[in-house]
Amino acid sequence: MTLMKKLALGTALAALSTTTAFAAGHADCGDGRLSIIGNEFPAIQTVAAAAVACAGDGAESNLTADHQSLNLPGMTGNPAEYTTAIVANSSIVALINDDVIRPLDDLVAEYGQDIPKQQLITVDGKVMAVAFMANSQNLVYRADVLEQIGMDVPTSYEQVLEAAEKIRAEGIMQNPVGGAYAAGWNLAQEFTNMYLGTGGQFFKPGTAEVSINNAQGVEALEMMKALTAYMNPDYLTHDSNATSAEWEAGNVALMNMWGSRTGVLMDTEGSAPEVYENTMTSGPLTVGDSGRPANTLWWDGWTVAKNISDEDAATTFKAMAAGVSPDILNDQTMDQAVWLMPNFEPQPVNTGVLASVQAGSTPYPMVPFQGLLHTALGDNIADFLQGNESAEQTLADIEAAYTAAAKEKGFLQ
Amino acid sequence: MKHKTFFWFVFPSVLLMIAFIALPIVSVITQSLYSEHEQVVVVVENCGPFGCTESTSVDQEATAALREAEPLGRWAGFGIYTDRNHLAIDEVAGAWVNSDGMPDFWRTLMNLPFYSAMAFTLTYTAIVTPMTIILGFVVAIVVNSVARSLRGPTIFLSLLPMIVTPLVGALILFWMVDARGILGTALQWLANDPNLSVKASTPLMWIMLMVYGTWSSIPFAFVVYYAGLQTVNTDTLEAAMIDGASRWERIRYVVIPHLMPLTTFIALIQLMDNFRVFEPIISFQAQAHARSLSIAIFQDLGGETRLLSSAAATSVLTIIFVAILLSPVLVRTWRDFGKQR
Repeated sequence: MTLMKKLALGTALAALSTTTAFAAGHADCGDGRLSIIGNEFPAIQTVAAAAVACAGDGAESNLTADHQSLNLPGMTGNPAEYTTAIVANSSIVALINDDVIRPLDDLVAEYGQDIPKQQLITVDGKVMAVAFMANSQNLVYRADVLEQIGMDVPTSYEQVLEAAEKIRAEGIMQNPVGGAYAAGWNLAQEFTNMYLGTGGQFFKPGTAEVSINNAQGVEALEMMKALTAYMNPDYLTHDSNATSAEWEAGNVALMNMWGSRTGVLMDTEGSAPEVYENTMTSGPLTVGDSGRPANTLWWDGWTVAKNISDEDAATTFKAMAAGVSPDILNDQTMDQAVWLMPNFEPQPVNTGVLASVQAGSTPYPMVPFQGLLHTALGDNIADFLQGNESAEQTLADIEAAYTAAAKEKGFLQ
Repeated sequence: MKHKTFFWFVFPSVLLMIAFIALPIVSVITQSLYSEHEQVVVVVENCGPFGCTESTSVDQEATAALREAEPLGRWAGFGIYTDRNHLAIDEVAGAWVNSDGMPDFWRTLMNLPFYSAMAFTLTYTAIVTPMTIILGFVVAIVVNSVARSLRGPTIFLSLLPMIVTPLVGALILFWMVDARGILGTALQWLANDPNLSVKASTPLMWIMLMVYGTWSSIPFAFVVYYAGLQTVNTDTLEAAMIDGASRWERIRYVVIPHLMPLTTFIALIQLMDNFRVFEPIISFQAQAHARSLSIAIFQDLGGETRLLSSAAATSVLTIIFVAILLSPVLVRTWRDFGKQR
């Protein structure tokens, strides 16, 4: 046998053994179907890639910003198109309401003994999802600008206003405050943060009756309006992307921004060194004297569809469990999110989210009718911020819009 | 044509129309008359990475039984049409009784989502439709008088607004009117006001939307008129010329009457399109300043909790209002049709 032939045979054998190893890998996750629907950002892409690798050839993932309008229709059929949906604490509610995801207790008992208990999301004692990362909105600030005006890092929105006034007065920036205040979901989220910070309750306990037309509601709206005075006049069209762009352009020195988006602001791409080198993040802000953090905690996690065969469910469960196993964390993926896996090592970009967890921020409410209120908030708050009507009128409008929607959905009589 | 032959001739298209037009509308109407089941809500304990909280959840077993009993949902009749998020009958009646004076009543009315959406939609339709017709006609006349060798490129340029994907066209304009965009900065310079922002002002945003709406639909009117201009009787035109009619008089007394039926056609299509205004509001992110019925439907379906019945009711209302809006034009066409026989 010539050397050449030997080499060729060796390569072929090596290739063969690799394939076998790969096939063995597949067998771990079973022969069922895996089809993922989820939002699109780096951390979710990492999870989906690992899960698809485990489930093998037929597995597919559909990661898109429109996942919320696809997951429910895609899981309602029988068999369901998607065997798993990656959701957050707000979007899992729609899936629970329509009964399209299955309790995972038996699957956890059989295949998920390694999953730490803190990652399991339970509703009424039943495991409905497995969380893999945490997120929240926190203060992002420019250290150099604060130094210039001689102020410490603000811990309350009142201090943010004070700092903004100084920055403007000293002519450093015209509109130093940023925020995702685009009318709709973003604006509603900012109110949710602020209202929780004032110590408000959204509903009368144990009922679907809304109660935000109160002193806390007015306080939250007034603070939002005070902040908008220091924002770019186009703030009602600025979503998280546009706000991040304003930050990278160096036009903003203080803003409330998602932890999952801070990495982009701190990297060397898209902005001048003076911006990214001085971009820092700290814990949640407070408003008024309630002492409660004015932000919400979020988790992202995965679920398993109800309308699929037990074999598909088992494969999906095993693949997704592999997708969020401690093995996926490496140098590249470590700073993509605040991972909930035990071997996670906090990175500088995660300071804000971890501070929020420590400060005891409220998780975004997992209430069946919270989504209806969120929509009503997003539709009406702009009227107040534009000065078209009083805070009380806006709050009354929100309550009326929510009540009509809740009646249609059968939550109220 | 014999009745039987006629029947078999139109049968395929009638079948398709029933399947793709009539049945979906029937299903939308049915949906709008039902609302979702009463949800049995229970207090539960939710646990997760951030600890346990007391919360509420839907009792699936109890709700499943209700669902089984009435698969379509609860009969709501016109309840959804009259609720606050649609026609708001009670609120309007209350405001009529309690408000002091017309301005106060108007303010209350405009605070209701349906009526504020109607206000914008009707203004938009009333301005954009005639503007499109007039400007489309002017462009057609101008292109028609351009030298033959230049006509091809001119037609192509005039059609561009229609060729450009609506969302992209609107987005380009959106960036140009940004406070830091070329048009936005020019406006600030013209008005001598560095804080002027199109995106922050409701009147400017309305003007922007209507300018965009006109810009994007001029080519449609232009193409139709341009085709019509090719059929103008040259004998009549020459006769008018010999009689000493000026260019304007020829257009006024020969061309315009000849193109009248086309105007009816363009008006019909444009009224329908403009009443359902949607893309500009999305791409200009103008939801804070202007809402339309289509936007209301989109938001009902796009929220975390979908409001199917609400969206269906708004759709049916849109159909009804389009029918009302079109009725004068349709009646006119019907009369003309009668005359010709």
